[in-house]
Amino acid sequence: MTNLLPLIRNECTKIIKKKRFYVILLILLVLVPMFTYAQMRVAERSRDKFNSDWRLEIQQRITDNQNSLSSDRIPEEWKSYRRIFIQQLQYYLDHDVNPNEPSGVTFTREFLDNSVSLFIPLLIMAVASDLVSGERTTGTIKMLLTRPVKRWKVLFSKLAALLMFVSLIVLSVFVISYLISGLAFGYKGFNIPVFTGFQLSGDTVDMSGVHSVPQWKYLLMQGGLIWFVSVVVALLAFMVSVLVRSTAASIVVMMAALIAGSILTNMAAAWSTAKYLFMVNLGLTGYLAGTPAPIEGMTLPFSLAVLSVWGLAAIIISFAVFTKRDILN
Amino acid sequence: MAKERAAEPGEVVLSVKGVRKKISRKWIIDDVTFDVKEGEIFGFLGPNGAGKTTTIRMLVDLIRPTEGTITVCGYNVNRNPEKALQYVGSIVENPEVYTYLTGWENLQHFARMQPGVDGQRITEVVDIVRLDQRIHDKVSTYSLGMRQRLGIAQALLGRPRLLILDEPTNGLDPKGIKELREFIRNLAEDGLAVFVSSHLLSEIQLLCDRVAIISKGRVLAVGGVDELVARNSPYVLWDLEPVPAARAILEGHQGITLLKLDEVTLDDSVIAGMGGGSVITVMDETLIPGIVADMVKAGVGVRAVHKISPTLEQLFLKLTEGESID
Repeated sequence: MTNLLPLIRNECTKIIKKKRFYVILLILLVLVPMFTYAQMRVAERSRDKFNSDWRLEIQQRITDNQNSLSSDRIPEEWKSYRRIFIQQLQYYLDHDVNPNEPSGVTFTREFLDNSVSLFIPLLIMAVASDLVSGERTTGTIKMLLTRPVKRWKVLFSKLAALLMFVSLIVLSVFVISYLISGLAFGYKGFNIPVFTGFQLSGDTVDMSGVHSVPQWKYLLMQGGLIWFVSVVVALLAFMVSVLVRSTAASIVVMMAALIAGSILTNMAAAWSTAKYLFMVNLGLTGYLAGTPAPIEGMTLPFSLAVLSVWGLAAIIISFAVFTKRDILN
Repeated sequence: MAKERAAEPGEVVLSVKGVRKKISRKWIIDDVTFDVKEGEIFGFLGPNGAGKTTTIRMLVDLIRPTEGTITVCGYNVNRNPEKALQYVGSIVENPEVYTYLTGWENLQHFARMQPGVDGQRITEVVDIVRLDQRIHDKVSTYSLGMRQRLGIAQALLGRPRLLILDEPTNGLDPKGIKELREFIRNLAEDGLAVFVSSHLLSEIQLLCDRVAIISKGRVLAVGGVDELVARNSPYVLWDLEPVPAARAILEGHQGITLLKLDEVTLDDSVIAGMGGGSVITVMDETLIPGIVADMVKAGVGVRAVHKISPTLEQLFLKLTEGESID
């Protein structure tokens, strides 16, 4: 009976030798400096404008948003977002905490908030989408499945290797964005307080549960949620790569789903059953920061449950199909 | 895991019984039955699309048969693939290995998938297929012949008792084909059962001991290559003058059948060489001297008598009633 460990080692070797992981690192090394530079320009500009007094800046933003509330041209949904936003800013101002204090850690936190629903899933797909379909495209699946190893073991070894690389990718995103942005904003900032626990109901914010956590702790919570999202995306991409014969098709299917998700989050507030789709539930870190959920009725436990169900279904379908299917070409 | 089954001479290594396969309501494979014994080279002959590759895929558990059983060394391939496939080395269609790995890394990869294959065994098979010069190069730099050899090395890794090669001569040059033939014969002499598929009759005739002929998903005949060929009487070509008198003599004899040109399958080169005085017969060759004497007695001039040995192609066309081989 063949052991699983050598099989997992095989799969890891293949992922590394295919240089997929290096490509991901390279993408990060190119893009993160770009975002850092953009962020730096923003910081510079507001420093010039407000003479480096962040309180003035926050006050200005509150006033701007309040003014826009009286305008008729802004839809009601946007107004409720802004009311929530104003209340949160006011909370920071009242407690004398700068929500955007420039530092490598703050940049990392914000960058991750923005990349959780599209950018990181995209990186995950670079590895996950061709794990099985790649072997079918090149025909090596025939060599793989004619060895004396049960099919579920082959698939399991691929899945295990995938989960290892997903973890590695999430870690790399954290480390690279911290190291690079630190060059511009400094490496301090782990102990800056961040407020979390805003309870949203309608357009009012319940502040009773709000508490401050040091930024490093916030980053850890964020990391956990991002890892979870990444694993679910990886499982789905993995399933698609089992079902679809070509890698290109497999990437297109997942891309379409993700992009549909990001479009839906912007317009689906009225269609409430859309909240059961996995792609509108990817922004888990929004619940930490207190940004309003795209669809009424979505909460952190709800999103976690929806994602778990999708992930579980993906595993079951992958194994059921892979172990039964005839390899015709 | 040790190979507990000791090699008995002539033991059946692969047994295929009543295998059928239905794909989207169509019977792609309709009754395939044959045995392959150890030490023999077994040919699987059929035109393209006859079901050769589908059958081979069923032998190695890539496709599950709808009906029938396939056993290797006593283990059912579909129910117990972990046991059965230990005894099988195979190349299904092209030798597709990982091109972004080196030859050695590929072999290491497949070695990890079966018990009892260590670095020493990898070195052994590399020597057997004579790839030692280039084994640490990326496979993407290999020629087709080298990939073929790497594929065979991969198939031999687990010391199989059955080697399955699907159209192994595809894409090889004549020298490579000759080398491969010798190589396969050496393996069979060491007791390996070799299963080779081909759509080329000459290939099977030159290489194999026994053959199964498949067409439209059915096995039409199984037997020794020589035995199947011998089932066909040879053609005898006569070049005579004058023809009418000669035909009368031939028709007057027992055991001689005269054929028209369109009834026979001959090489184009032979047909081109035939003059107006040609008569084609099917007959036992022992009758020839007596008939020549009769001809001379009756004043018929015999310019040439030409015996053409039967080929598998004739047999094949007879079995499939004229369906083309290629």
